[in-house]
Amino acid sequence: MKNKEFRNGVRDGIAVALGYFAVSFTFGMASATSGLSILQAVLISLTNVTSAGQFSGLAIIAAGGTYIEIALTQLVINLRYSLMSFSLAQKLDRAAPHWHRALMAYSVTDEIFALDASLDSALPPAYHYGITSVAVPGWVLGTLAGAVSGNILPAFIISALGVAIYGMFLAIIIPPARKNNTVLLVVLSAMGLSFLFSVLPVLKKVTSGFVIIITTVIIAGIAAWLRPIKEENTKGEP
Amino acid sequence: MTHNIYLYILVMAGVTYLIRMLPLVLSRKEITNIYIKSFLYYVPYACLAAMTFPAILYSTASIYSALAALLVAIIAAYRGKSLLTVALFACAAVLIVESFLPL
Repeated sequence: MKNKEFRNGVRDGIAVALGYFAVSFTFGMASATSGLSILQAVLISLTNVTSAGQFSGLAIIAAGGTYIEIALTQLVINLRYSLMSFSLAQKLDRAAPHWHRALMAYSVTDEIFALDASLDSALPPAYHYGITSVAVPGWVLGTLAGAVSGNILPAFIISALGVAIYGMFLAIIIPPARKNNTVLLVVLSAMGLSFLFSVLPVLKKVTSGFVIIITTVIIAGIAAWLRPIKEENTKGEP
Repeated sequence: MTHNIYLYILVMAGVTYLIRMLPLVLSRKEITNIYIKSFLYYVPYACLAAMTFPAILYSTASIYSALAALLVAIIAAYRGKSLLTVALFACAAVLIVESFLPL
């Protein structure tokens, strides 16, 4: 019975793994061009398993930010996972031993959560582990391949790859902004506010990690206050 | 002072794991507050937007190649291209513009 649930997880996880490979390949390249070793890039992917969090962490490492900055940035950016974990806590098979919760938490990502949540029945831990067993290797191997390519490419290519990470961010935020006016307003005001931080005399002194945190909390806070979402509209970014 | 990259990684991994683990282990109740749910929904968009602009402008050898990349990425993303495609288009824009610029 458990084997069947695990196999179902593996089957559903293959598509996730392929998508992850492409995204983490970009992360691997970005890591290499930011001066990280291949081992460090792979280690980040293996221990974090989160795209936006890893990219922002990388930006702070590259800028030589403080440990507090990197901790707070991860907290703010990855806070949405706590919502998913809350939801999975409800859905989890009540018969499953409690320690499964601590283990399953490792791979609560947008995509894996989406698959978990789509089950009609209560969530068996084996299904979650089945998805994880293919999705995480996809994530880690993509990082490895990207980091290796990033290390052997010529300098002018590496300079061009500097924008890859931002291209990825735009690819994540623009399609939903096109469909949802509030998301569009959120994107534009967040860009405007962080731009102000980069040009105004006193604000200019705030380090990049804190600009991201302050901007995110202010803009998402105002948007939640003025335009709270409808119940069915809770799907996050990939 | 210089920072240890492995310590950065440990901090990142620790914070990210705790965010995922604590609600699963400690909570049996779902969040129903619509404002908290909305805030968490908007967070990724605000965050990624703030990280992208204006940082993208200073990510290449010239602000003109960066502007070209920004424009190309917006158009490609608007047309619903995949993450990797948009990223590669942006890189190609930089390569093309910089090959014409006297750097």
